[in-house]
Amino acid sequence: MDPSIILSRIHFAFTIGYHYLFPQLTMGLALFLVLLKALYLHTRDARYNASLHFWGKIFAITFIAGVVTGIPMEFQFGTNWARFSAYSGDIIAQMLAMEGAFAFFLESAFLGLFLFGEQAFGQKIHFLSAIMVWIGTWASGFFIVATDAWLQHPVGYAVGVGRLEIADYWKVLFNPWVTPQYLHTISGAVITGSFFMAGLGAYYVLARQHQAYGRIFLAMGVIVGLLASLFQLWPSGDLSGRQVASMQPVKLAAMEGLFVTEAGAGIVIIGQPDIAQSKLDNPIIVPRALSFLTYRNWSASVKGLNSFPRDQWPDSIDLLYYSYHIMVGLGTIFIAIMGLALLLLWRKKLFETRWMLWILMLATPFPFIANTAGWFTAELGRQPWLIFGLLRTSQGSSPVLSSGNVLFTLLGFMGIYLLLGLLYVVLIVYDGLRGPGIHQPDQGDKDSEQGMIGY
Amino acid sequence: MLLQTIWFFMIALMLCMYVLLDGFDLGAGIIHLLAARDDQERRLILRAIGPVWDGNEVWLIAAAGTLFFAFPVLYAASFSGFYLPLMIVLWLLIMRGVAIELRSRFSHPLWRTFWDTTFFLGSTLLAIFFGAALGNVIRGVPLDASRNFFEPLWTNFSPFSATPGILDWYTSLIGLMALVTLLMHGANYISVKTSGDLHVRARYLASIGWWATLVLTILSSVATYFVQPQIKAGFTARPWGEIFPLLALAGLVGTRYWSHAGQDLLAFFASCAFILGLLLSTAFGLYPTVLPAVKPAYSLTISNASASQYGLSVGLIWWSIGILLAIFYFAFTYRLFWGKVNPADTQEQLGH
Repeated sequence: MDPSIILSRIHFAFTIGYHYLFPQLTMGLALFLVLLKALYLHTRDARYNASLHFWGKIFAITFIAGVVTGIPMEFQFGTNWARFSAYSGDIIAQMLAMEGAFAFFLESAFLGLFLFGEQAFGQKIHFLSAIMVWIGTWASGFFIVATDAWLQHPVGYAVGVGRLEIADYWKVLFNPWVTPQYLHTISGAVITGSFFMAGLGAYYVLARQHQAYGRIFLAMGVIVGLLASLFQLWPSGDLSGRQVASMQPVKLAAMEGLFVTEAGAGIVIIGQPDIAQSKLDNPIIVPRALSFLTYRNWSASVKGLNSFPRDQWPDSIDLLYYSYHIMVGLGTIFIAIMGLALLLLWRKKLFETRWMLWILMLATPFPFIANTAGWFTAELGRQPWLIFGLLRTSQGSSPVLSSGNVLFTLLGFMGIYLLLGLLYVVLIVYDGLRGPGIHQPDQGDKDSEQGMIGY
Repeated sequence: MLLQTIWFFMIALMLCMYVLLDGFDLGAGIIHLLAARDDQERRLILRAIGPVWDGNEVWLIAAAGTLFFAFPVLYAASFSGFYLPLMIVLWLLIMRGVAIELRSRFSHPLWRTFWDTTFFLGSTLLAIFFGAALGNVIRGVPLDASRNFFEPLWTNFSPFSATPGILDWYTSLIGLMALVTLLMHGANYISVKTSGDLHVRARYLASIGWWATLVLTILSSVATYFVQPQIKAGFTARPWGEIFPLLALAGLVGTRYWSHAGQDLLAFFASCAFILGLLLSTAFGLYPTVLPAVKPAYSLTISNASASQYGLSVGLIWWSIGILLAIFYFAFTYRLFWGKVNPADTQEQLGH
């Protein structure tokens, strides 16, 4: 592959992978903001509103990081993938433009209101603005997943002169691929939000600071976290897996590390793929499990990589294999952690069980890794196609772009994102250590009547 | 062709919305260091744009998305051809956005000075780059037969070169004009939103900006006449389009008049009219071309760059709904945050 195409792939993977660290947290936290506001309005307990202000601040800074790293995504289809844009813009740009029209305007307008408007416009408008921000972030996610779903499974198009044309709007928007992928993506985001919340709560209780808030965060994070982790496995994960099996069997074979077609195929838990010799080193395998999970039949035949011509194989099988196994492995661990934590919460022992709190605190970054690995699985598994079955990645690049220019901007983004990441961590740590609630005790309950950030 | 024409003007209007709205907060950044002398005044400037700046920026993303959707060939050709300046614009947008949000988070004076300067530099360079980008679209780009081009940042600084760069004397002139226009526009906005010394200084800057805008408007109009004859041809063919330059002229005169009369809000609306008139004049003059080529035969037009008929007509339905909602949200937000900002608004409101 041409070096400028390889660099453009790294460019896209780096900028989108980095970008998605932020929206997964905002999509998760948006749900918690609505829950906190509802709890406050229901109970009138000022701690819920103070928690809302605290998380609103973290949401705001994450949202801004998401916005500024998201703008480059909207541009990159054209800058680095011009042939792809001209070839399929008639279809995928429908969804990208809809994201702007239906999600971005909504989010930005109501976020301003949410952050600055509580004192002036009252609780009802504030609750409404939280709900609208939540809808906006989740709608934004929908349009992006719908765009990706079309690349995975193109439908509703007609072949025109040198390009694809949209033939059925509703088929494109409600592509059958969308539902499992969207559910899986959204519950992944809720997992990130839950672990973030529970992790900070665990820190407060462990450090004996802001303990009243720590308990609220723990309880909410653990309850929502277990629900989302279970939902991630079933139905959304199960549906996604079976969808891949039926529509992209070569991706399934590569991500499972199944080199040879096998009846009663097992699931690999651990093992290192050796592509050159088409085998796995040091495998630990659960016999027949893959056949059952895929076809609900213990002895069904699952196609291995040898059933497909070499030029249809994904081009980074080992990275794909590891991404998938990291995602699934972490997902399983999340269920165990949250299940155990909820059990302890139910038995009213969670806040005293320090080892569990340590686990919850240290688990905070792992959902980010699992979600990133999940996207790597989806997109590396789509290779060598840019649009599955229709356009190869090597045919989608910008023909006039030299590798030197791509490297220049890749390095530029790396530098700026390093700075951005450092600043983000400093701010979150600072806000986290300072904690929620009223920082001047004499102000009493006044906090609940005020906004969240100032300039 | 009717559909393509509708989309051409819709996108032109979305870009106008972007320039009018983000234009005033870019302008606020351009005058940030000059108008606001102490920490309190700088916080007031940020508070004046705080609740709206990222919503304003959404118009850029939405316009880019809509451009991709309605004219995919134009999107593909121009975004890859303008690769370097677009990436630089993205970096500036990132740094500027971060500056606005982070500046007041810590009170260390060096921290604040750093972000104030970043906000100023980001806003200033963005205004110049946006202007230069417009200059490139007017002047034309070296498109080849397969509708590709790639422009380096500069070559020999001549707009008549066969291989022009992003920056030549013409596009730099338009960049400067954008800078002073947005300076005036932003100063008008800050005048509307503030009182006291800051207000006085903003009005003074608006007045200086006005004179600079007047001079540069004359210079760039004359230069455009020579650089892109197609614009004149467009107006000769459809003389009713003269209303757009007249709107710009009325806006320019109005800005001065109301500024002198102490009517800040009307002066701000007049600078909106000026910008709108200029941009619509450009769009009208270029129509039906969307990206002129150095060799006119390779130019992209609304017919050879557009999406399919079906796509364009379906899009018209959802886009109309979406944009009506957007206008409603914007009217709602601006109405809620109407009025002057005062020091009490800038306090970090959690009580610390």
